[in-house]
Amino acid sequence: MATLAAVIASTHHPFYYRASTAPPEERPPFADAWVAKILAFRETLTRARPDVLVMVGSDHFHQLWLDNMPQFLVGKAPFYDANFYNEEREFGLPRMTLRGNEDLSAHILRGGLDEGFDLAFSNELRIDHSVTCPIITLRPQADLPIVPIYTNIFAPPLPQPWRFVELGRAIRRLVESWPSDLRVAVIGTGHLSLELGGPRQFGPHGPDPEFDRRAVEWIATGDIERALSEVSLDSLWNPGNATHGFMDFMLMMGVAGDGAKADHVDTLDLFHTMEAYFTWYPEGVPA
Amino acid sequence: MSKYLLNKFLYTVDRDPDLVERYREDPSGTVTWWESTMANTILNCHTGESSTWLTFSPPERDALTSHDYVRLFELGAHPFLTLTLFIAMFERDYPEPLAFQKEYGRRLSHFSLPYPDIST
Repeated sequence: MATLAAVIASTHHPFYYRASTAPPEERPPFADAWVAKILAFRETLTRARPDVLVMVGSDHFHQLWLDNMPQFLVGKAPFYDANFYNEEREFGLPRMTLRGNEDLSAHILRGGLDEGFDLAFSNELRIDHSVTCPIITLRPQADLPIVPIYTNIFAPPLPQPWRFVELGRAIRRLVESWPSDLRVAVIGTGHLSLELGGPRQFGPHGPDPEFDRRAVEWIATGDIERALSEVSLDSLWNPGNATHGFMDFMLMMGVAGDGAKADHVDTLDLFHTMEAYFTWYPEGVPA
Repeated sequence: MSKYLLNKFLYTVDRDPDLVERYREDPSGTVTWWESTMANTILNCHTGESSTWLTFSPPERDALTSHDYVRLFELGAHPFLTLTLFIAMFERDYPEPLAFQKEYGRRLSHFSLPYPDIST
C-alpha cells in the first residue's frame, strides 16, 4: 500500500510569489523573513521524499460557478493547467501545467463515494492559486503529479465543519489503502482569520489575532474536538468574512488525525492576514 | 432581487480584460449592453441555449451603473467578486500600494456584524 509520507497544511498567500521574486529595490521589507520561513517549510516536504501530491484547495470562482457548484470535487485528469488571467493580473502569478495521477484520483473517487461522500469530479480542471500557491512555496519545480481536491468554503450554503474533518479522515484512509508503492503527501491550504471585500480588510494584521492564536493552537496540537466545539458556520463570520477557509485547515486536521501534534509549526504575522505553516510525519520524522 | 445576477455580472466582467476596461470607462453602457445581451447566457451549457428570466432590480442596476461597491456590499453581492473586479479597475488610480483597498475598507466601516447575507 502507499505510504502517507507527510501531511501539510498552510495558508495560501497569493502575494508570496511576487514578494519573493521582485528585484531587491522592489521587495517589501518583510520579504526576507517570509522567504526564510518558506524555505524551512519547503524542506519539510523535501525531506518526506514524496512521489505524488494530493492538493486540497478551493476554487475562487474561476472554473466553478454558481450555476453548477459542487461542495467537494476531485480532479481526475492527466494534466492540470493552472492559474487564471485575473490571478496573473492581480498577483503576477505564472501560468503552469501540472501532471495528474489518474490512478489515485480514481481510487479516491471510488472509495470516497463508497464511504458516503457524493464527490463531484472533473476530467478537465484548471486549478487556481489555492493549489498553485503551495506548489510555489513547497515544490516550485512543480515536478510531481497531483490529485486536486476542491472544497466549497466560498459560496453558501457550505458543508458543515465536521464534514470537512470527516472528509480529511476519509482521504487519509484512502491514501493508505491505495495499492501502490508510492509515497504520498497530502497538502491543503486554507485561511486563518481573513476579511476580503469588507470593512476589516487589509489591516495591519489579520482581522482577529485572538482567533488566529487559538486556531494555531488547535491545529498544532491536533485538537479536533476543541476546534469543532468552538467553530460553526455561523461563528466563522465573526473573525472575518472569508474565514470559512479555516475549514480547509479542519479537513487537514482530519488527515493528520486526532491529537496529532505537528512536527513543524511556524507562523508569520503579516499585514492583512497571519500566515501559518504545519507539517506532520505520520511515519515519524524522516532521517 | 437577484444576488445571483449581480454576481454573474461581476464574474463575467472580471474574467475578460476587454470588459474590465469597458466597464471602467462606460459603466452605464456596459451594464445596459450586458443585461440585454449577456444576462441570460447559461455559462456552463451548450451555446445557443439561454435562460429567459434574469433581470436586475432597479437598485442593483443603479449600484452597478454608479460603480457603487458600498451599495453592492449592502445588496449581498459576493465580496470577493466585487473586490477583485474593483481592484482591477481602480487600484491603478492610487499612488500608494494598497491605498485603494484601504479606502475600500474605510468606506464600508459603517457595516457591523452580521454583514448582509451573500447566500444565493
